[in-house]
Amino acid sequence: MALYSDKVMDHFTNPRNVGKIEDADGVGEVGNAVCGDIMKIYLKIENDIIVDVKFNTFGCGSAIASSSMATELIKGKPLSQALELTNKAVAEALDGLPAHKMHCSVLAEEAIRAAIKDYYDRHGIEYDKSKFPDPAEEEHKADED
Amino acid sequence: MKTIYADNAATTAMSKTAIDAMTPYLAGIYGNPSSLHSAGQAAKEALEAARGKIAALLNADPQEIYFTSGGSESDNQCIRSAATAGAAKGKKHIISTAFEHHAVLHTLKQLEKEGFEVTLLDVHQNGVVKAEEVKAAIRPDTALVTVMFANNEVGTVQPVAEIGKVCREAGVVFHTDAVQAAGHLKIDVKAQNIDMLSVSAHKFHGPKGVGALYCRKGAPLMPHIRGGAQERNKRAGTENVAGIVAMAAALAEACASMDENAKKVSALRDELIKGLLKIPHSKLNGDVSLRLPGNVNMCFEGIEGESLLLLLDARGICASSGSACTSGSLEPSHVLLALGLPHEVAHGSLRLSLSEYNTEDDVKAILKAVPEVVAYLRSMSPVWEDLEKGKIPHLI
Repeated sequence: MALYSDKVMDHFTNPRNVGKIEDADGVGEVGNAVCGDIMKIYLKIENDIIVDVKFNTFGCGSAIASSSMATELIKGKPLSQALELTNKAVAEALDGLPAHKMHCSVLAEEAIRAAIKDYYDRHGIEYDKSKFPDPAEEEHKADED
Repeated sequence: MKTIYADNAATTAMSKTAIDAMTPYLAGIYGNPSSLHSAGQAAKEALEAARGKIAALLNADPQEIYFTSGGSESDNQCIRSAATAGAAKGKKHIISTAFEHHAVLHTLKQLEKEGFEVTLLDVHQNGVVKAEEVKAAIRPDTALVTVMFANNEVGTVQPVAEIGKVCREAGVVFHTDAVQAAGHLKIDVKAQNIDMLSVSAHKFHGPKGVGALYCRKGAPLMPHIRGGAQERNKRAGTENVAGIVAMAAALAEACASMDENAKKVSALRDELIKGLLKIPHSKLNGDVSLRLPGNVNMCFEGIEGESLLLLLDARGICASSGSACTSGSLEPSHVLLALGLPHEVAHGSLRLSLSEYNTEDDVKAILKAVPEVVAYLRSMSPVWEDLEKGKIPHLI
């Protein structure tokens, strides 16, 4: 299929880490159904390491592929590294996304950050709030791409 | 893997009849119809024979048929001509509908910028315009009414004859985009009081890149592409003779087997609709009975159309969707929104459009694949989870 790279198609038709974690330590949900994309990420965290991650996504092929790839990139990694994951890194790992689909990778980055923020909030862990901008504003930025 | 082609509203496979009609004009009879020599005149004869054939199939006169590059060009030329003629008499109001093809809507949008006022009629939940609402919208300064014969996405058939009657009585030019109707529904420009009409060959097993417009004698037609004197000065450019001949052959074949095809295809359609409606929280879009024989358009709650299409494609099924992601924009289909569907539901749409080339086996394969793919996508959809847990209400 010319629309997407083989990597995107692989992660879309055979997504990794699909599902939920019932006793998750942090859950992040971004996007909205009116726009056609919702991503929900579940994290299991031990000693600041992401020991397990699952996702549920409502969205197009690249949204599902971005979720799958993003979860692969942070699994087993310390939170500090997961927080550094950028949408560009997700897109590059997928061998690129069409320009009008880049917002899917942005959603993946945001969903992970939202899940980590939820973990911090739930466990009363201090964090630099400036590093967690409002995803709603980010979404607008993505829309303008 | 066998390909099941269920996207005939996008384009159709060329029929053998059309290909056979076309090939002599690609190889042997390649003259320019405007040339005086015998090679040119042979092409000219074929061109005029095709014109006569198409005219007869629409109950028009040959002089009322003009060949174009397709539906979009025909729409552009008809609408612009009527608008220009209207403006010359101080009439700058146009009536249309919210769910026209973009070839119509974008032309109207441009005309608005040029000072025209456009009224877009409600297409109601069932996707059918009411002739009395057309009548009520006509004003002394109305230059044109343009309402499609049948909608390309939801397949609803419009009351064209009634609208034509209303327009004729009011003395307003009536154009209809019949791209989805030609070869599939009966068209009689005289009985249906149509002043202008657009058709495209590749929607009825003809080739791409060729179409026609009908303009009733006395209705205004102005050139859209300027240059040579082809098409009686209304459309410059050397005619696509091979394409035009194939279009005429395809339309003749489609019209000759229209009843038989409609019977077969609508039976397949109804079987598909019946089977797909068994999927929980699914909905048929557009009127149940006033629809094209081959059109199925459904929404499935909690999933997104592009991922549905890609997974069906992976199973060899070619379909279409009105989701935002398939359009390259952030908005789902303007047609589904015009029917009043909420955005989140419109994102989960699937269009299957059948032709007489589809079989009972195709329907069986589709009815196996779609429920499985929908269930799979729902199993990973956070929206579906919220719907099922009652966190958000089901809309369909």
